[in-house]
Amino acid sequence: MSSELESLYQQIILDHAKRRVGQGPTDPSSGADSLATGESHQLNPICGDEVTLRVWLEDSRIERVAWQGAGCAISMASASVLTELVSGSTRDEMMEQLDRFRELMRSRGTVEPDEEVLGDAAAFAGVSRFPARVKCAMLAWVALEEAVLAANR
Amino acid sequence: MPILSAPSHPLSDDEVSRIRNDFPLLSTELNGRPLVYLDSGATSQNPVSVMEAEQEYYEQRNAAVHRGAHSLAVEATDAYENARTLVASFIGASPEEIVFTSNATEALNLVAYSLSNASLGLGGEAARPYALGPGDSIVVTEMEHHANLIPWQELAARTGATLRFIPVDDDGALRLEEAASVIDGSTRLLAFTHASNVLGTINPVAELVSLARKVGALTVLDACQSVPHLPVNVADLDVDFVAFSGHKMLGPTGIGALYGRSKHLHAMPPFLTGGSMITTVTLERAEYLPPPARFEAGTQRISQAVALGSAVNYLAETGMDRIEEWERILGERLVSGLEAIEGIRVLGPRAGQPRIGLAAFDVDGVHAHDVGQYLDSRGIAVRVGHHCAQPLHRRLGLTASTRASTYLYNTTDEVDAFLAAVAEVRSFFGASA
Ligand SMILES: Cc1ncc(COP(=O)(O)O)c(C=O)c1O
Repeated sequence: MSSELESLYQQIILDHAKRRVGQGPTDPSSGADSLATGESHQLNPICGDEVTLRVWLEDSRIERVAWQGAGCAISMASASVLTELVSGSTRDEMMEQLDRFRELMRSRGTVEPDEEVLGDAAAFAGVSRFPARVKCAMLAWVALEEAVLAANR
Repeated sequence: MPILSAPSHPLSDDEVSRIRNDFPLLSTELNGRPLVYLDSGATSQNPVSVMEAEQEYYEQRNAAVHRGAHSLAVEATDAYENARTLVASFIGASPEEIVFTSNATEALNLVAYSLSNASLGLGGEAARPYALGPGDSIVVTEMEHHANLIPWQELAARTGATLRFIPVDDDGALRLEEAASVIDGSTRLLAFTHASNVLGTINPVAELVSLARKVGALTVLDACQSVPHLPVNVADLDVDFVAFSGHKMLGPTGIGALYGRSKHLHAMPPFLTGGSMITTVTLERAEYLPPPARFEAGTQRISQAVALGSAVNYLAETGMDRIEEWERILGERLVSGLEAIEGIRVLGPRAGQPRIGLAAFDVDGVHAHDVGQYLDSRGIAVRVGHHCAQPLHRRLGLTASTRASTYLYNTTDEVDAFLAAVAEVRSFFGASA
C-alpha cells in the first residue's frame, strides 16, 4: 500500500472518523444557561461536506464543543480531534492551536507539526501534501473560530 | 476533409491498445502507477491528431475569421467553417444549424437567454411565438445536470413562467406515466438529458418528444453524455435544440456547440451581441445576420473549433456504433463487477439494463471523497462528489457518490483493475465487518 496514502489516513484519523468525539445535539438548550454560546455552520460546496458546530464558554474557557456533520473521513476526524483538543482550553490557547493547525495545513508538507500544541491534530500533517483535502481538515476549525466569535458577541 | 468511413468489425482490447497510442496522456503515471483514466464523463483526453490540428492552425492559418481581405483570413475562415460542416454532419444537421459556443453550458444559456429576450419583446414579430410569461410552464427532469436546470430556473424567474419536474423512481428511471401529466397545455419548453451523467441511463427521447409535440412545446436535449459516446442523429431524434461540449469528445476545452432547428434559429433574437453578428448598425440600433452568425458575437474560438473538427473526424473514423458497443461492454462489466462487491450500491439501472459506459456508486460506510483518494493512490482517476447534480443525489438519499466513466480508449483490464481496487476500499477504512 502506498505510504503517501497512509501518511494521509493515519490510524488516529481513521479511528476518530469513527469515534466522532463531540458529535451530538447542537441546540443552545443542550448546554447550561449560564454559559456564553455560539454556533457556526460550514459547507464545502465542492464536495458537500458539512459541519454545524456549537461552543459553550465560561468566561474565556471553552467548556464544551458539540457538532453535527456529514462528510469524508478527514473532515469528520478533524471535528472529533478538535473537540478533544480544545475542550478546557482558554480562548487564547484555542486561537494558538488554530493558528498552528492552519499554518500546518498551508505548509504543503514543509512544516513539522508541534505535537505539544496540536496533540492528536498533529496527525493531520500528511493532509497538507494533498491540497484538495486541506479544506476538509479545516472545515470544523473554521466553524470553531466562527462559533467562538459568535459566543463573544 | 470528408468524414471517413469506419471499419465494421467490433472494437476489441487489441484494437483499443493501438488506439491508446494516439493519446499520450494515457501512458503517463499517476502516483507512481500506470494511469487508469476513468473520468472521461468529466473531460476526455485528446489524441495527438487533435492537438496537432490546433497547432497547425496557429502555425499556418491564424487570422480573424469573416474579417479582413488577406488570404490568411480566407484560410482561417475556411478552416472554421469546415469544422462547422464536420460537426454538423457528425450529428446529421446542416451547417447553418450549428452555433459554436464555449461549452454545453453556454449553449443551454444561449437558448434560455434568447427566449428571455423574446419574452421582453425583442426580435420583433418573428420572435413573438418564443415569448414566455406567467401561466406558461417549463419542464425539466429531476436527473438534470445543473447546466440544464439553473438556466431554466432563471428563465422562469425572469418571465414569470413556472418550472416543473418529471420525477425519477428509486432506480433513477424517469416516471414516464407522470411525465404525461407534468407536460400539459401550459408547457412551452421541455429540456432533458439524453444520457444521465450520474445514472448512465439513456432516456426515451422519442416518447418525451412526442409528449412535447402534442402540446406544441420546444424540446431541448442535453447531449453532453450522448454525442461523444453513441451515434446521434438530430433529424431522427426530432428535437429542436441539442447542446454538447467538445472537451468530452476528444476535443479541447473552450468549444461546444448548439444545434438549433433552422426555423427556430431564424426567428429567435440573439443572446450575446457585438461584432461579427450584424448587417447594418446605426447609433440607435442594429440589424442582425441570419443564423448561425447571429449567435456568434465577437471573435470566435477558431483554433478550438478546428480541433473539434479533427476530434469529430477521429470519432467518425473509429465508428460511433463501434464505440457505443465497446462502451456498452465496459459499462456492463463495471456495473456487474460493482454489484458483486459487498457494501456497494450502484446508482441507476441494474446490470443487464441499457446504460452508457458510466457507473456512479455509493460505498457503505466510506465517503466518496475517501473512495476517490484511495483509488487515486492506486493510479485510478475517478470523479467524486455530486457531479453537478445535487437534486438527483438528494432524491437518491445521498450527498455524494463516486463515478467511473469510460471511453473508447479504456480496456477491460482497466475496468478490472478499478474493480479490484474498489473491493479493497471498505477494509482500508475499517468499514467492512
Ligand atoms: C449531462 C451534462 N450536461 C451538461 C454538462 C456541462 O458541460 P460543460 O461544463 O462542458 O458546459 C455536463 C458536463 O459536466 C454533463 O455531463
